[in-house]
Amino acid sequence: MTFLNFFISGISLGSIYAIIALGYTMVYGIAKMLNFAHGDVIMVGAYVCFYAVSRYNLNPFLGVIIAMFLCTVLGILVERFAYKPLRQAPSLAVLITAIGMSYFLQNTALLLWSSNPKVFPSIIGRGSFKLFDGNLSVSHITVLTISVCIVIMIVLSLFIGKTKLGKAMRACSEDKGAAQLMGINVNATISMTFAIGSGLAAIAGALLCSAYPTLMPTTGALPGIKAFTAAVFGGIGSIPGAFLGGLMLGVIEIFAKAYISSQLSDAVVFAVLIIVLLVKPAGLLGKSIQEKV
Amino acid sequence: MTMKRLINLKRTEARRIFITYSAVVIAYVIFQVMSSSGFLSSSMRGMLVPICAYMVMAVSLNLVVGISGELSLGHAGFMSIGAFSGVASAILMQSTITNAPVRLALAMIVGAIFAAIAGFLIGIPVLRLKGDYLAIVTLAFGEIIKSILNNFYFGVDAQGLHFSMLTDTTRLLKGGRLIIRGPMGISGIMKIATFPMGFILVMISLMVVFNLVNSRSGRAFMAIRDDRIAAESIGLDITKYKMMAFVTSAALAGAAGALFAMNYSTIVANKFDFNTSILILVFVVLGGQGNMLGSIIAAAALTVLPEKLRGFSDYRMLLYAIILIVTMLGTNNAEIREFFTKLNPFRRKEEA
Repeated sequence: MTFLNFFISGISLGSIYAIIALGYTMVYGIAKMLNFAHGDVIMVGAYVCFYAVSRYNLNPFLGVIIAMFLCTVLGILVERFAYKPLRQAPSLAVLITAIGMSYFLQNTALLLWSSNPKVFPSIIGRGSFKLFDGNLSVSHITVLTISVCIVIMIVLSLFIGKTKLGKAMRACSEDKGAAQLMGINVNATISMTFAIGSGLAAIAGALLCSAYPTLMPTTGALPGIKAFTAAVFGGIGSIPGAFLGGLMLGVIEIFAKAYISSQLSDAVVFAVLIIVLLVKPAGLLGKSIQEKV
Repeated sequence: MTMKRLINLKRTEARRIFITYSAVVIAYVIFQVMSSSGFLSSSMRGMLVPICAYMVMAVSLNLVVGISGELSLGHAGFMSIGAFSGVASAILMQSTITNAPVRLALAMIVGAIFAAIAGFLIGIPVLRLKGDYLAIVTLAFGEIIKSILNNFYFGVDAQGLHFSMLTDTTRLLKGGRLIIRGPMGISGIMKIATFPMGFILVMISLMVVFNLVNSRSGRAFMAIRDDRIAAESIGLDITKYKMMAFVTSAALAGAAGALFAMNYSTIVANKFDFNTSILILVFVVLGGQGNMLGSIIAAAALTVLPEKLRGFSDYRMLLYAIILIVTMLGTNNAEIREFFTKLNPFRRKEEA
């Protein structure tokens, strides 16, 4: 039973990683950049949600929606002012700008909301379901997290597979020049990708802080790196890959904490990543592109 | 030998190397005079050694990122290996070698050796990958090194050396000393790092890097960076050359780590985290990839800058972030770039 308990909390943590990883992987797929500031958008989302709920006594779900809206706007602004001027620049310059953006968001948060950790109220209380005569308890937030993740996956896959905008996104990620010639507005499509990723980050922020209720300006940093790892794990640029990578990373992390050592869990997670990349150099579901000579 | 090498080089390259060496020497002389005549504030004096260590870190990372063309996000990991092994060896040698500079030099060599071994072991899997995947694996190794050092215990007593992981099970005899204490790191370090030693390390690392870059191997690095397939087709052993750059870089980072650590009384593994790796990468990118003088200037400027911004207290890191973003946007803007090329009196004719 404890095994099952660990497995469920692993899936729950993995769902959060998966939602964050989607943001990384979509942006990478389309703009070919590692958006290091993504983790900090999660933190901003969590803070907005926190203030909406605890200061203005709004309904938590309304709080999440406000957070999603503000993070979407933030994502678009960041893209417009920091990344768009660098479309033609070498990828390292973009990477450093993204890191600068990450520092910028963290330090703005530090000034606005101070470094004192805030106790985040769970968005649906701290109750739990008891199964198998109380041997297995699954908290409400776990159930919510997993269901939200599944819903997001289905909606996002349908959006990208079936709608015209989704088709435009796929076209841009394959060949920007050709997409432009077909009349697709590449800049608008990239902005939209950032908007979707940031909106998802807000949801991830609310879920993450409901499960692990300490909120600080640096809250987003480590989950951001882990989710980025998850995206690479599943094959960066691939949406099912981000889902699979996120879930596996969450499960591995919880099992490593439970059965190996809680201090070394991060090391185990990263070691598994290295082994996976050695066996499949483009990640689990990534396409390995044959080089043409 | 060096002179002959310089003569054989193209004039522009030789001039660039000469300017770099002389700039470092002049800066050293100026700061040494200022420091001994009391012109420098005590906070600035305390930063001289870390600046030297960061310069070496930047130069060594530039060898991998700028010359060999691989993005490494775990350079701080090699620095921490060098720091821990160097300091531990210095503590072990404390009674046998009483001369502080000699002990520091030996500690830096030990740090370099350990970091080089780690670089070799990590290089075997890492260098099989490419691009962003290589970057994420170096990040992963940096985090693994940090986690391991955070849980590593190392002590010495009359029976010899003792190691343990996770919990302290070294069971030292009476009179023994626990040197590395897991998350508490090493404390009670004798601060024997000095500015002249830092200067010497910067000069040595510049010599190593310049000689390597302008050798047959260095040309191979750049050929592989510019076109891997073409380089492979003329028979260059890609893995061998990448490994050479990676291990050299790791060794220099290890020496820098030992120097850095011996400037403080306590070091912990968390000091050398992902943010430190990124900080060094920022030095390299701002200074210009492949440009060693640029790395050195960027390392010095960006280490001093947060101190100088201290007057803005809370807004200091925010300003730092804004400066970083604006610099990146500015240096990649065609109009601004053109404006600066026109200003540059040293620009070459063929570029004009």
